[in-house]
This record gives sequence, C-alpha cells and structure tokens, in this order.
Amino acid sequence: MLKNIFKWGLKKSLWVYHAGAAACNNCDIEILDMLTPRHDVERFGVMLVGSPRHADVLLVTGVCNRQTAPRLKRLYEQVPKPCLVIAIGSCACSGHFFRDSYNYVSPIDQIIPVDVYLPGCPPKPEAMIDAVIKAVGKIR
Amino acid sequence: MQSLKLLFDYLIFPGFLFCAVAGLLATWVDRKVTARLQYRVGPPWFQPFADIAKLLGKETIVPEGVSRSVFLGAPLVGLAGVTLVGTLLWLVSLNLGQTFVGDLIVVMYLLTLPSLAIIIGGSASRNPLAAIGASREMKLILAYELPFILACATVIFRTRALQLGEIIGWQMANGPLFWSFSGFLAFAAALFVIQAKLGAVPFDIPEAEQEIAAGPIIEYSGPALAVIRLSRAMLYFILPLFLTVLFLGGFDAWFPAKYLAVLTLIILIKNTNPRLRIDHALRFFWGPVTIAAAAGFILALLGK
Repeated sequence: MLKNIFKWGLKKSLWVYHAGAAACNNCDIEILDMLTPRHDVERFGVMLVGSPRHADVLLVTGVCNRQTAPRLKRLYEQVPKPCLVIAIGSCACSGHFFRDSYNYVSPIDQIIPVDVYLPGCPPKPEAMIDAVIKAVGKIR
Repeated sequence: MQSLKLLFDYLIFPGFLFCAVAGLLATWVDRKVTARLQYRVGPPWFQPFADIAKLLGKETIVPEGVSRSVFLGAPLVGLAGVTLVGTLLWLVSLNLGQTFVGDLIVVMYLLTLPSLAIIIGGSASRNPLAAIGASREMKLILAYELPFILACATVIFRTRALQLGEIIGWQMANGPLFWSFSGFLAFAAALFVIQAKLGAVPFDIPEAEQEIAAGPIIEYSGPALAVIRLSRAMLYFILPLFLTVLFLGGFDAWFPAKYLAVLTLIILIKNTNPRLRIDHALRFFWGPVTIAAAAGFILALLGK
C-alpha cells in the first residue's frame, strides 16, 4: 500500500539533475530548451534541481573521458536511490565519433546503469520529454 | 480528556493534518499561477502531494562526519514550530475565547523557528554551499525582524491588546486595521517581511537555486527533505492567515477572499521581481520597510 503510494509519487514527480560529462554543450543547450515554458515539463511534474541529493533522474550528456568517468560514478553514488539515468545524445549512448579518441573511456552504461538511451546529435527537446516519460515506465 | 483534545487539535484538525493539506494546496496555487503568468499550463492539483509522497519513500543520505541527530532533527523542530503556530492561529480564529495573554508574542517567536531550523540543519551538513546559505539566512533574519516587530507593535498599540482574540474582537468592533493609515503601513511592511520568511523570490537569497544550488538544504534527501518542503508549504498557508488575523479582521465569511488576496499579492511580487543580493535585501529592509513600519508605529501612537 505505502509502496504503491510512493511509486505513484515517483511517477508523477521526477526531478531531473543535469549531469554534464564533458559534452560539447549542444545536448546541454537542448536540455535547457526542454525546461523552458514553451515545452512546460512541469505538466508532468518534471523539475530541474540543483543538487544531486534531490534528484530522481540523471540526465547524462557527453563523451565520458578519463577525467569525468570517476566523477560521474561518484555523482551516481550521491543520488538517493531509487533513481533513473537517461543517457542523452549519441556521445553518452555510444561515444559517437569520439570513440577512437585517446582519452575516451567507454559508453556511460559501462560506468553507471542506464535506463533509457536517447541518441541524436543533439536530440530534440520533444524527444527528451518522451525519454523522461518512457523512463517512468521503467519504475516497478 | 483535556490532553486528548489538545493532541487532536495539534495533530489533526486545526493543526498538522489540516495545515499540511491546505498548505500543499496553497503551494499548488502558487505554482499554477506562476505557470499561467508564464503562458504555461502548469502542474495538476495533486503535484505537491506527489512530491511529498515520493520524497517520503526515497533513501535518506547523511553525509560523512555529520551529527545525525542535529542534521535530521532540525527539520522536525521547524515543522513542530510551524504546526504550533497554525494550531494557535486557527484555534483563536474559530473561537475568540481560546486565547491567552501574549499569544501574539509566542506566535512571533515561533515564526522564526523554521528559519532557525534551516540554519542549524544547513550548518550541520558540512557543505560549503550550505554554509553560505545558512549565513545568508542569518543576515536575512537580522534584516526583517526589526520591521516585523514594529508592524506587530503597531497592531498592539492600536488595539491595546496582546491577545490575538482581543485583536480580532477589536477589529470586529472598529473595522479592519488595514483601513487606517498606521494599519496600512504596517500591513505593507509585514507583507514584505512575509515574502522573506517564505523564502519567495526577491528574497530567496539563502536558497538561490542558480548560484548556490539549494543553499542550506543542499545535502538533504528523502524524508528529511519532505519535512522541510512540508513546513515551507505550511508557511504558505499560515503566514497569509497571520496577516489576515492581524490586519484584515480574521476569520469570517470573507475569509477565503481575504486569504486568496494576500496569497495572490505574494505570488505577484514573487513573479515580477528578480532576486536581490543579500546586501540589497539588508538595505531594503533596514531602509524603506523599516521607515514605513516606524511611520506606522508613530501614527499608531497618535491613534490614527
């Protein structure tokens, strides 16, 4: 019973934290686009928070390199569980055309568990809203 | 029997449960009006409830090297203070006889408790951003307490009463204080003070989301964060009620209209102003607001 109330709350109120892991800023700008009044994600209870301690969803962007990989892992450990991770952009999903670079580590799903993959360079804000809503379906 | 009645008052009807539900609905009104002002649709009515339900089920993380009891106890102290203010105000609003000498002073002191709890919790959390936020919160309290006490003193001197019940009774006999020069000035000063007590936008300096993340509450997660958000939501209900009791004649048939008018004023101020810097906020409160409150006080001494 209590568990169901909590799950309902989690589905209706996803607070996103924007974790940039060395992105080229293109995906980051599109994330900010998603949060503008035009797309109005507050309809779904999605809200941007400034602290990983308040987050339910991590929006991870970027090519994970040797500098950011340990930090991303630490960031994931700082988020209270349960939390969802969305890999935003082709770089976060697969490394894109940086995958042969000398300082590239791995796609982020080999560093932290990823729930939803959203390829695109950059993905559109509408696609990101879709990804967040699809992430809701992963809550059990 | 008496103690059971007290428990019921404190925990259920005019106290915790009632104020929590009403306060969460008030924050929904705030978010919805804000959304409409930005040409958005805004969240559904159950949004604040979903937020609290979610936070209650999440993990609580206590940072390394932090005193567990102080870190997790501070939000509860704030919540207890807010609940007590709500209970006192509602009991006296529903029945003018349920008042005691100096309950206005008790309410004034209890209203600083949520801010103090946030300062203690933020300082305990060993986070540099939380320390900055806590020190800003302290400066903000220094800034707004003087005009707040002057505004309350205006009410005391006009009505010659220290009891909330007598203050409401005086206004029933002589009309709301708002419609006099001193009352209006005190009301204006108190409105800005309440904006700061709520941590609403021009004065959300301690929690400045964009520069110091969430300030004092940055390390809070799960149920502890839910308690902080709940006490903030209850303040959204209780502080406009406090203004209504002091200046607009308290609880009567017009109460919903008066309450919504004060809440709408707060939301409008919130949505049409950028955040002040802490030194600007100090200058604002010790300058114009204190001068207005002092002028109101002097007029009250002259009986205007």
